[in-house]
Amino acid sequence: MNFDLSDEQKAIQDLCRDFAQREVAPRAEAMDREEEFPYELVAKMAELGLMGLPFPEEYGGSDADTVSYALAVMELARADASTAITMAAHVSLGATPFFLFGTEEQKQRYLVPLAQGKMLWGFGLTEPNAGSDAGNVQTKAELRDGKWIVNGTKAFITNSGTELTGGTTITAVTGKRPDGKPEISNLVVPQSTPGFTRSKKYKKMGWRASDTRELSFVDAALPEENLLGKRGDGLKNFLIVLDGGRISVAALSVGLAWGAYDQAMQYAKDRHAFGKPISAFQAIQFKLVDMLCEIEHAKGMVLKAAWEKDEGRDFSMSASLAKLFSAEVSRRCVNESLQIHGGYGFMDEYPISRMYRDQKINEIGEGTNEVQRMVIARMLGL
Amino acid sequence: MTVKLVPDVNAEKRIDPATRRLVRTGVDTVLNPYDEYAIEAALQLKEKLGEGTTVTVFSMAPESGKETVRKALAMGADDAVMLTDAGLEGSDVWDTAFALAQGLKKHGFDLVICGSLSDDGSTGGVPGAIAEYLGVPGFTNARHLDVADGRLRVQRETDNGYQTVSGPLPALVSVTMAVGEPRYASLKGIMGAKKKTIAVQTPADAGIAQPLGASGAKTELLEFAPPPARSKARVVTAEDGPSGAAAIFEFLKEKKLA
Ligand SMILES: Cc1cc2nc3c(=O)[nH]c(=O)nc-3n(C[C@H](O)[C@H](O)[C@H](O)COP(=O)(O)OP(=O)(O)OC[C@H]3O[C@@H](n4cnc5c(N)ncnc54)[C@H](O)[C@@H]3O)c2cc1C
Repeated sequence: MNFDLSDEQKAIQDLCRDFAQREVAPRAEAMDREEEFPYELVAKMAELGLMGLPFPEEYGGSDADTVSYALAVMELARADASTAITMAAHVSLGATPFFLFGTEEQKQRYLVPLAQGKMLWGFGLTEPNAGSDAGNVQTKAELRDGKWIVNGTKAFITNSGTELTGGTTITAVTGKRPDGKPEISNLVVPQSTPGFTRSKKYKKMGWRASDTRELSFVDAALPEENLLGKRGDGLKNFLIVLDGGRISVAALSVGLAWGAYDQAMQYAKDRHAFGKPISAFQAIQFKLVDMLCEIEHAKGMVLKAAWEKDEGRDFSMSASLAKLFSAEVSRRCVNESLQIHGGYGFMDEYPISRMYRDQKINEIGEGTNEVQRMVIARMLGL
Repeated sequence: MTVKLVPDVNAEKRIDPATRRLVRTGVDTVLNPYDEYAIEAALQLKEKLGEGTTVTVFSMAPESGKETVRKALAMGADDAVMLTDAGLEGSDVWDTAFALAQGLKKHGFDLVICGSLSDDGSTGGVPGAIAEYLGVPGFTNARHLDVADGRLRVQRETDNGYQTVSGPLPALVSVTMAVGEPRYASLKGIMGAKKKTIAVQTPADAGIAQPLGASGAKTELLEFAPPPARSKARVVTAEDGPSGAAAIFEFLKEKKLA
């Protein structure tokens, strides 16, 4: 057994740490306050090759592995969760369906500019009445005269309405299966499709610099070839994408917890009470130690799931365990870190207040804690 | 360009009282931050001169430093040479410059670009000494450099501005932080760096006959001392009001700053 990162993994981690601390962290507060999408940072991440990190070079990617991807997301989230989710949702939800299920032509047309970071793309699974129950898709697509006519609504779609967004891939009911259940397929919906509109950005408590919108389809007409993957495989394929996405959100949670720990450590050394730095009090020391302990634990779980994926093994269980545990660790860490900050932590100008707000979605997005437990219980044969 | 590997700049530095050398074990090794500017200057020049220009990283370092040298390759340098031998450990400025000059001569060059200082030893003496041993013009403290028609044009930083000087190639330049922020190694660079060669040169390969390192050093470190502990600061807070302001003013006057 060997816990060493490879030279490339280490170099990618160093690069992302350097970039995140120097370029991302200083802007995080203002971006959060103004709900300002990080266009400039996306352009820089594209230049560095982060927006196509795990995809092959022939499709505009950087050809790095999942461990490197997890390390990159951790470092970004340690500085700013909004920037991290913008990159992570783009890679693991926006671009991955094209990589896994696209025809060669679709890969050239969509994956290449996405991996180069020239274009962003949304992943449209959730609907106002289909979240955890993702199979309850109400959006319908009918094939008429060689065109898909789409009607319905998607909710909470990340990266769906930026100036760089090229479109969103959705799940839609395209017919009935022989067993009477709805047939669900994936359709590629470019931004310019007539009848396809995006709402204004949602007002959010966290991830405020990231772009999240509601999508509406009213007789939106798409060419027949905009089907992605096999007709009827839509839900199955999106759930496969989400399996990898769990590693992504788990890494995001670890990064946030780590950032909260960084803040707590610094603050505890700087803040004096009763004539001493508060880090001299055992009550504070124990909080810091407990945080580190949990972060190391969660980090190990995330990297193990990523490693299993790189080895071509079944990583579903590890990814779900890592996602669930890391999300809860991030909650405990932002909570304890804010506690260490006392009243100042409740003030906007301290990064921990933003981290506290950014944390909650980790326990909801890409499968809530409850759903994660259900999925794991099912894998245990319960 | 030449690069040095130094202990992590953020790590606390300790000197071993027995050897009077910086303790390098247990501390991560990084590229000397000043040398990152030399790499940046070299890459800028290459971009300007175009194909046919090769940027080689030249480093006198133990073989364990290979992965740190690879970072320079990830930033965009074409290949690297490491002058490596246990006998070179403990080299002083002259020995280091002599060994590097021999190695560079053997390898061949048109222009040598150095950082102006190292973060650990901070002597700033090596670039000038290399130029001397190479017998080429040495331009120190460059804020900008350019090559045209086989000649080098350099803007040298001075206390109150800069001077523009020009000279023939081959030559040596040491650059300041004004040449431009060192670029990040992109993922493409990182993934590509493993395919680039790092050649190892021994002192014998470089034609060095005499003993170098600690035994050949011309200088000897006699004494060292940690920086004096900072005395306790006087803190004036907003609550002190006018009396605080008066205290600050008195302090500044005392220091002849007001
Ligand atoms: C900022 C943000 C960005 C998002 N980005 C995207 C995106 O890019 N693409 C996308 O498709 N979606 C996206 N989502 C949607 C997200 O994945 C869903 O919100 C999530 O899956 C939960 O669905 P829901 O909100 O409908 O909650 P519900 O499913 O309504 O759940 C409500 C509560 O009931 C619990 N619950 C539900 N079913 C069960 C059960 N069977 N047993 C026990 N408890 C249960 C849940 O755990 C939860 O606590 C985003 C959401 C947010 C907030």
